Amino acid sequence: MSEPSRHISPGQRARQRFKKNRPAVCAAWFLGFLLLALIAWPVILKISGAAFAQAHDPDQLSDAQFSPPSAQHWFGTDLHGRDLFSRVLFGAQISLLVGVVGAGVSLVIGVLWGAVAGYVGGRVDAILMRIVDVLYSLPSVIFVIVLITTLGELLKQSHFIRNSPALQGGLRVTLLFVGLGAVSWLTMARIVRGQVLSLRTRAFVEASRALGGGPVRILARHIIPNIFGVVITYLALTMPAIILYESFLSYLGLGVQAPMASWGTLISDGVANINPIRIYWWLIAFPGGVLVATLLALNFLGDGLRDAWDVKGRN
Amino acid sequence: MYFIRRLLFAVPLLLVISALAFALVHLAPGGPFDRERAPASPEIERNLQAAYHLDEPLWKQYLRYFGLVWQMDADGHWRHAPASFDVSYKYRNQRVSDIIAQALPVSMTLGALAFGFAMGIGLPLGFFTAARRGHWEDYAGSFLAVLVVCVPAFVVAPLLILVFAIKWNLLPVALWESPMHVILPVVALGLFFAGKVARLMREGMLNAMQTEFVTAARAKGMGENALLLKHAVRMAVLPVVSFSGPMLADLLTGSFVIENIFQIPGIGVFFINSSLNADYMMTVDLALLYAVLLIGLNLVVDFAYTLLDPRVKYE
Repeated sequence: MSEPSRHISPGQRARQRFKKNRPAVCAAWFLGFLLLALIAWPVILKISGAAFAQAHDPDQLSDAQFSPPSAQHWFGTDLHGRDLFSRVLFGAQISLLVGVVGAGVSLVIGVLWGAVAGYVGGRVDAILMRIVDVLYSLPSVIFVIVLITTLGELLKQSHFIRNSPALQGGLRVTLLFVGLGAVSWLTMARIVRGQVLSLRTRAFVEASRALGGGPVRILARHIIPNIFGVVITYLALTMPAIILYESFLSYLGLGVQAPMASWGTLISDGVANINPIRIYWWLIAFPGGVLVATLLALNFLGDGLRDAWDVKGRN
Repeated sequence: MYFIRRLLFAVPLLLVISALAFALVHLAPGGPFDRERAPASPEIERNLQAAYHLDEPLWKQYLRYFGLVWQMDADGHWRHAPASFDVSYKYRNQRVSDIIAQALPVSMTLGALAFGFAMGIGLPLGFFTAARRGHWEDYAGSFLAVLVVCVPAFVVAPLLILVFAIKWNLLPVALWESPMHVILPVVALGLFFAGKVARLMREGMLNAMQTEFVTAARAKGMGENALLLKHAVRMAVLPVVSFSGPMLADLLTGSFVIENIFQIPGIGVFFINSSLNADYMMTVDLALLYAVLLIGLNLVVDFAYTLLDPRVKYE
């Protein structure tokens, strides 16, 4: 082993390509900073003086209603005099969590569904994909509304949850995860199925089968690792879609409930306070700006990953 | 032949979709009369339930939906019971078909115009950014395309109103009366899709420019402009064409956000409200309407594919 190996793995090649993509790298940095900020901010509130913590408590009502951005309230205050900067950062926790977990749910269902359909093939494939077709033709809003109200009602009936408001808040967010994940896995399933169909006939899979590898081993060792690039790319593009969907549900009043806040609820609060006489622009501009910046970053990240993994077409 | 078979296949598909939607809406907790002003006595509620046959087993209600129930009347004759698909529990003196006949044309007009807007902006922008790949025009145009995809409609619409209607007083704030009233909602609705179309078109162009037939044409000395316009475009629009099916189905069935903000009497509001109000039949009707549109449009899209791409042949 005197000569260093020139061979690089697909993962390394992807990383090299990704590093050359400046928008994608910037987007990754932005998201990293945002993550850092939303983790650090509660800590800062804890360790700083009582006055600072009081002024920036996201749930603390004050008399300073609708005060424009200033040195004390960087993003201004809202209808109840709450510090908007704090609320945007705490809203980020919910919005990003919904995005990540919702995308995760869609990932698990979509990959399993698509992989089984593509790998088993035949009648199973036909049935599984017809189900996807049917769900595709159902308006997703109806599905989400029914799912969220049904599960919410079912879970509310257990007295374990009825006695704790904190659990109820958590419950709503969990329902959002499930609901949003449940309507976003369809495209993932189609993509994965297509990939698996083409991988299944490749020589190395044949070889593994000839050596006695069972379907579980082949799926886990050969197929799933090989669709990693496609899946991670699509995951990065699903997250902004889910965050956007959550903001839409919050606009409908079906999303996160007060006193919890997501970017969606913050923006719809801001929209509700628009009137021709006084324009509280900061109520839309800051939550909206952060939301749009995050979605942009996720999109650039997704595009960068796609170019890095060299993922062609969608189907 | 292929298309006739697809058309025939759509019938069972629609039946499954209707059954699924039917099961879903009944699964949701709470009935259509839960939020009545006068909760009255249990007896009245039972009578209401009986009048709308909500006390029957689900399979019978489903058959009744299509008018497939026969009843024996007082004289001992078997009578055909009227179909229940036209009944709205919420708007009791109107039939669902009347509501749809009133609201759908409005939404369709708005949606078709927004479709035209999205194509009119998106296709040239996608073409232009691809033709100027790597130049500043590409970066600016592509950024713009991602940006409009990332801004939620309920942020765009109030901003447009603020600027064009309130600040500059150029256009009306809301309502659906003259052609002037149409402009803002069309733009607010179409921008998102314009961005999507531009992104798809740009990618399609870049892929088309790498194909062998374009290289061959270039080697024969064809000018770059003619090359792009004559050969690349035809292949590049294919992803846009396949996206336009679901996009049109979405646009034609209205948008809750846009109709709500601009006070437009369209059908999009009913999609949300009917499932929130447990207006069972209407929800199923609207789900079927969406499914019919989606399936039909996808059929048209696939047919258009065969015209645009001679390589595609359906067996």
